Amino acid sequence: MAKNCHNDYKMKFSGDEEYPDLSLHNNHMAKVLTRDIYQKLRGKSTPSGFTLDDIIQTGVDNPGHPFIMTVGCVAGDEESYEVFKDLLDPIISDRHGGYKPTDKHKTDLNFENLKGGDDLDPNYVLSSRVRTGRSIKGFTLPPHNSRGERRTIQKLSIEALATLSGEFKGKYYPLDGMTDAEQDQLINDHFLFDKPVSPLLTCAGMARDWPDARGIWHNESKTFLVWVNEEDHLRVISMQQGGNMKEVFRRFCTGLLKIEETFKKHNHGFMWNEHLGYVLTCPSNLGTGLRGGVHVKLPKLSTHAKFEEILTRLRLQKRGTGGVDTASVGGVFDISNADRLGSSEVDQVQLVVDGVKLMVAMEKKLEKSESIDDMIPAQK
Amino acid sequence: MATQFTRMLAGRNTAVMLASLGAGTLATGYLFSDSTAAAERRMLYPPSADFPDLRKHNNCMAASLTPAIYARLRDKATPSSWTLDQCIQTGVDNPGHPFIKTVGMVAGDEETYEVFSEIFDPVIKDRHHGYDPRTMKHPTDLDSSKITSGVFDERYVLSSRVRTGRSIRGLSLPPACSRAERREVERVAVMALSGLQGDLAGRYYSLGEMTEREQQQLIDEHFLFDKPVSPLLTSAGMARDWPDARGIWHNNQKNFLIWINEEDHTRIISMEKGGNMKRVFERFCRGLKQVEQLIQERGWEFMWNERLGYILTCPSNLGTGLRAGVHVRLPNLSKDPRFSKILENLRLQKRGTGGVDTAATGDTFDISNNDRLGKSEVELVQLVVDGVNYLIDCEKRLERGQDIKIPSPIAQFRR
Repeated sequence: MAKNCHNDYKMKFSGDEEYPDLSLHNNHMAKVLTRDIYQKLRGKSTPSGFTLDDIIQTGVDNPGHPFIMTVGCVAGDEESYEVFKDLLDPIISDRHGGYKPTDKHKTDLNFENLKGGDDLDPNYVLSSRVRTGRSIKGFTLPPHNSRGERRTIQKLSIEALATLSGEFKGKYYPLDGMTDAEQDQLINDHFLFDKPVSPLLTCAGMARDWPDARGIWHNESKTFLVWVNEEDHLRVISMQQGGNMKEVFRRFCTGLLKIEETFKKHNHGFMWNEHLGYVLTCPSNLGTGLRGGVHVKLPKLSTHAKFEEILTRLRLQKRGTGGVDTASVGGVFDISNADRLGSSEVDQVQLVVDGVKLMVAMEKKLEKSESIDDMIPAQK
Repeated sequence: MATQFTRMLAGRNTAVMLASLGAGTLATGYLFSDSTAAAERRMLYPPSADFPDLRKHNNCMAASLTPAIYARLRDKATPSSWTLDQCIQTGVDNPGHPFIKTVGMVAGDEETYEVFSEIFDPVIKDRHHGYDPRTMKHPTDLDSSKITSGVFDERYVLSSRVRTGRSIRGLSLPPACSRAERREVERVAVMALSGLQGDLAGRYYSLGEMTEREQQQLIDEHFLFDKPVSPLLTSAGMARDWPDARGIWHNNQKNFLIWINEEDHTRIISMEKGGNMKRVFERFCRGLKQVEQLIQERGWEFMWNERLGYILTCPSNLGTGLRAGVHVRLPNLSKDPRFSKILENLRLQKRGTGGVDTAATGDTFDISNNDRLGKSEVELVQLVVDGVNYLIDCEKRLERGQDIKIPSPIAQFRR
């Protein structure tokens, strides 16, 4: 992809003429993008040709929701975060609790640093899961990449995953090549991802050429799963039934580090820097890109007046068991870390482990009609 | 601001001049500037690495695009930097349907049809029943006085309608246009429409600014168009920045309607209840000519050339871009097994009364012309007039218990 000549063509119009109408918008991009910033950045382009209008298109097309604050912009490549820092730094700060352009992010994938996590009560904690994303250095990201790049990413991923052994031995299922039987199995296992329908993603160009070079890999025991070329180059997921988050995290870290080794050997390590941590398509996933969580039964606690406050203080968030934007079913919630940037993987999973343990203890107290007032935690 | 306007003027004049120089000037296209990054990337990813997987596809683009053509065209661009990958994205993303063959590619600007003629010409030939842009000329004729027998029996024809599209030369088309360009299209169109008088006088409703009451009114009248949801359009980038610079204009009598910045720069619709197709077409031609005059007074013009007629976003709408049709009751004929063949020979198509891809309700059908390119507006409307009269005649015969005949097929092109 060459320098963006179409952007040069647009420069014959004034910044005012091109500035988007954001008067009805409620997303991070709309909050930050003033006419001045637009004017300053509109003439720029990353080396691969990604421009300001490309970055913001999804946020222009999706005004947002009065209650949900979406990010409203995406990166097209690693350099986006540098070339367009005047826009992205304030958005990152807004989204990631005041993270400053000078802050440094800590990466810690040493699972031995996690304390506890192997004793969450399985009567309450039904399943445990940790996911993250990884981008492969030297390629542009899903909003921007060409078919040739996407296919090369798939090829490298298949090679890397094929080197895994022992508990990580597995198989790759390309989306456009699987048999009906394989497809049914993957659907039953809840592994199969489908073409994005959310306009947040389609407006950012992430569904182009579907299903070309997309696929799913998982190990034989179905506890370690990798998505290739969905919203990010790679999404890596470790999960299992029950509450042994320690084991899930061990497998997560071990598998990730093995995969990274193979990519490095081909001179294609993961995108990472000491300011933003792991670089991913959406600014909301910078840092660890990690969401560690459990499905946990909290029918009494979830109706307690202080539930939301407890979650906030524990730096956790709740979702329904269908994932983001779903409602809880039967008092079962998906509880996970709220932070991504500014704290390490170990820190974030620790918060989940400690927080869920506390909430289960609270639930038990409430079952006995006892008060939990003295258990309410301080802000973490 | 004067400076910005001068710049705009310069851009438009250049584009108009280039366009009028003809196909040859732009046929070679512009190759991407040879920066190191670009050259490196081209080496890393030869065209074969990027050639789309079209094995499961059923559209005109997939039927014509070979790896060799792709290799020759991949690194070209129009003067505003529109590329082949951008043209075909919609066709790659939407493999199509076993029964419905979509076009699978769009133009980003007028020059697209020249720079990428190696793929557009065969697609045009495929879609327009053999029309060869390399050898044939398209006739334009908006003289509505030539229409004969253009008033239908209103016991059968419930409504009549003619629509087309027009693009403003010098500005990119909906898949490619920037917000500034789109707003310029709106300004040019609205300015021209405000000059219409008499039975054509009307007003503009901007999609983003209309009141709830106006919105409801337009919905009730079936005038309001909404953000495209069809992936054929969204994959082509036509819904970007919605609803910025989109709107609807209609005359006070509500029988002449313009859509601005939907699938094309402008869509023009003339319609009324009943069977007076001649009057519908007369108003259509008169309105179009007046709008054209009004934009020409300010130095603008429509995209047109004698090879392809009026230039629109989708190759299926080249030529006249015209669909003339009626809603007609045919309770007996529609049950006759010869109905489809009669339509085919008359070069007509049937749709449900909800428009394309809808089923008919009861016995009422939307009947319109199949062709767009290679025949003039007058020829196509006359063809619809004659054809619908024939269908009504068949219906009446069947009512009386008489037999009907399948007409001989109408000639494809004037030769």
